Amino acid sequence: MVTTSTIGRSVPRREGAAKVTGAALYTDDLVVADAWYGQTVRSTIPRGRIRSITLDPEFDWERVVVVTADDIPGENVVHLIRDDQPVLARVGGEIRHREEPILLLAAPDRNTLEEAVRHVRIDYDPAEPVYALEEATEVYSTINIRKGKDFEDVEGVELVVERSFRVGLQEQLYIEPQGAIAIPWRERGAGSREPGVTIIGSLQCPYYVHRALKRALKLTDEQAVVVQAETGGGFGGKEEYPSMVAIHAALLARKAGRPVRLIYDRHEDLAATTKRHPGVIRHRTGVKKDGTLLSQDIEIVLDGGGYCTLTPVVLSRAAIHATGPYSCPNVRIHARAVATNTPPNGAFRGFGAPQSLFAAELMVEHVAERLGMSSVDLRRKWMLRLGDTTATGQTLTESVGAELVLDAALKAASAVGRSGGRAVKRGRGLSLVFHGSGFTGSGEKKLQGTLAMEALADGTFRILTASTEIGQGTKTIFCQLAADALGVGLDKVDLAPQDTSLVPDSGPTVASRTAMIVGRLVQEAATEIKDRLQRERAPIKVQKSYVQPDSIHWDETTYTGDAYPIYAWACTIADVDVDMTTGEVRVTDLVTAVDCGKALHPVMAEGQIEGGTLQAVGWATIEEIKMKDGGYQNDRLATYLIPTALDAPRIKTILVENPYSRGPFGAKGIGELPMDGPAPAIIAAIHDATGVWLDEIPATPERVLAACASR
Amino acid sequence: MRFTLNGAAVSLDVVGSRRLLDVLREDLGKTGTKEGCGEGECGACSVLIDGEVVDSCLVAVGQVEGRNVITVEGLAGPRGELSLLQQAFIEHGAAQCGICTPGMLLAAHVLLKKEQRPDADDVREALAGNLCRCTGYTKIIEAVLSCGT
Ligand code: FES
Ligand code: FES
Repeated sequence: MVTTSTIGRSVPRREGAAKVTGAALYTDDLVVADAWYGQTVRSTIPRGRIRSITLDPEFDWERVVVVTADDIPGENVVHLIRDDQPVLARVGGEIRHREEPILLLAAPDRNTLEEAVRHVRIDYDPAEPVYALEEATEVYSTINIRKGKDFEDVEGVELVVERSFRVGLQEQLYIEPQGAIAIPWRERGAGSREPGVTIIGSLQCPYYVHRALKRALKLTDEQAVVVQAETGGGFGGKEEYPSMVAIHAALLARKAGRPVRLIYDRHEDLAATTKRHPGVIRHRTGVKKDGTLLSQDIEIVLDGGGYCTLTPVVLSRAAIHATGPYSCPNVRIHARAVATNTPPNGAFRGFGAPQSLFAAELMVEHVAERLGMSSVDLRRKWMLRLGDTTATGQTLTESVGAELVLDAALKAASAVGRSGGRAVKRGRGLSLVFHGSGFTGSGEKKLQGTLAMEALADGTFRILTASTEIGQGTKTIFCQLAADALGVGLDKVDLAPQDTSLVPDSGPTVASRTAMIVGRLVQEAATEIKDRLQRERAPIKVQKSYVQPDSIHWDETTYTGDAYPIYAWACTIADVDVDMTTGEVRVTDLVTAVDCGKALHPVMAEGQIEGGTLQAVGWATIEEIKMKDGGYQNDRLATYLIPTALDAPRIKTILVENPYSRGPFGAKGIGELPMDGPAPAIIAAIHDATGVWLDEIPATPERVLAACASR
Repeated sequence: MRFTLNGAAVSLDVVGSRRLLDVLREDLGKTGTKEGCGEGECGACSVLIDGEVVDSCLVAVGQVEGRNVITVEGLAGPRGELSLLQQAFIEHGAAQCGICTPGMLLAAHVLLKKEQRPDADDVREALAGNLCRCTGYTKIIEAVLSCGT
């Protein structure tokens, strides 16, 4: 029997039927016998100390379970990069942001739970909070990148352009809020319970939660079991935060001696969970009169909020992408992330790169304007090409797609249409970006993502991986890759559940690494199985771990070398209508050409790009978080707006295939890339329409009107 | 109280002020209807009441006495055959994480009942109450348009 490969074909999504019939089970859909409901009680002040926690004697506390920091069996820390974030703030302990978790409650029903919450009183000794990035003194991390000479020492500079940019907070807004169910034991076979904790939750990284759970609850590897339920979107928001939710649920379940459901409502999710880092980026660019790029001097400051979370890694990606996809002989990048008394910021699709690329791309526009050149021509002059080196000194030896995507986007964009009326002005803007696929520097090497595969006696195959399906298509693509390498039909391959007691740690589902890095392990495992089946009989199990190719060198101390295994590239052209009376910006059409290496599943690749693109349109135009006393003023879905089907532009996606030798079939990671390009393209389009430059996003009507008025 | 759910008669003894969303999910096991906000903003909880799209998080179950309620579980045929619209969602990649999908399907279903050949603007209008954060709506719109006759 001949089976044809499905690579490059848009086969139906594995869990598609379950998702269109309502059969797919997300965390809150799971029925768990005897489960209670949990709730987190949070700080109402941004900074200070907890003086006391009082449980009102009027309430019968026998009816509920109460957990405080004293009930934590292990360490009171949410394990991540730095051990600064407590699971629960303790009496006498410091409060570093509003909505910081202090106490947990569980009750048999929601009414009792709400009643109990009303009878908890927390008194504080408040301290003076720091909100403004400029006033922050505590630094989480700094990064310095140096290439060539200092700005002042560069010779031949004929024009210096300086500009400063500001980007705002953004909520991931997965439509399924955070949630976990904790069961204070683990099942071993039918009905036999063993000591431990089982977590079933909405999450991207089962092993992140596993590690955090072990530490806070003092569990062994086996005792902690983490299972991913069907997950309704992540976008980075379910990278680190689920560890917090899981530990809280586990503490309640342990004390209650029964399962506990800790499911956030939207309001709590918006108010308390991590956001995209806001920041300020200052550029100084030195060029010759003919446009030759001589020197870039860039300062980045990101606001990490109250705790460190993943901030140093976000900062690193921001710094490495700060030059834009351009070749410059002399570069200085100074990046730092500071602490403020606002809720912690964390992972969000793009991970720092959208912030710094926003500034880099607008800088090209400003330099072009000063030189009287077209910004497209200037990009052609500056863009990275094969053999060029990046700011970290990485020589690009393959799959450099800057020019390919620029040409493809320009070709695909139709003529700019007429605007819809006298008060409406139309404009077009363009951006060119790159995005490193996979972890930064030696991240993949340290991580050593592992995947296993089994050939079963019945002739089927099973992939064992902790990589999660969060809508992006992991399950489908892994099955395609395995079936292809094994030479069997898609129906012969399946995935084991994302359950830490069954699957090895393939690393987190982040950083656009899953299809490219773990996908390659799928291929390797399948190839080995196929080979062994020539000589052996099933069952066979093989395991594969990532091996860093010798050609990749990275020096963490000097921040030089191969920052990423490879880069994906994109060019975006945005058309906007600006209503000159209301200041409203409407993005009407958007063309984006993406060099993805190889589209393993074109429909899913397009889907990732379209979704990321709209998320970026939201960030650039309407998604604004207003702060009030260290909290978010618009912490409800009625006031935090994201684009609807009516707001969304017509998006045209062009997939450019420019293979990468180590990616499966040449594929590169593209999950985050679409978040990078739209914002600067939209701001350039607004300038084209109105003649004013905005330096800050989102481009709200107030900002647009103010900019037009001050012209 | 009694009402019709996906074509079958249901009789229940519940407090009439409870949210229809909770009764569907918790008492009737219809967990295809999702909660994304609980405030009428996201449409993840969309159901059909007498053929109109309604946010079930804003409806008290008492209000559906004697009425006809359809959830996503009621869209497939009697033997589980997927409807044309459901098939189109799979084929066009209109469901990514899938959490908005039940609501989207119901909103699109009503549109196609009312308008046999909708254009893209009709589809955008009809889906405007249903938020999706994964797809950028492009593939959802394509899927619905492909079902126009
Ligand atoms: S849950 Fe009903 S509209 Fe969001
Ligand atoms: S598919 Fe994820 S929200 Fe629509």
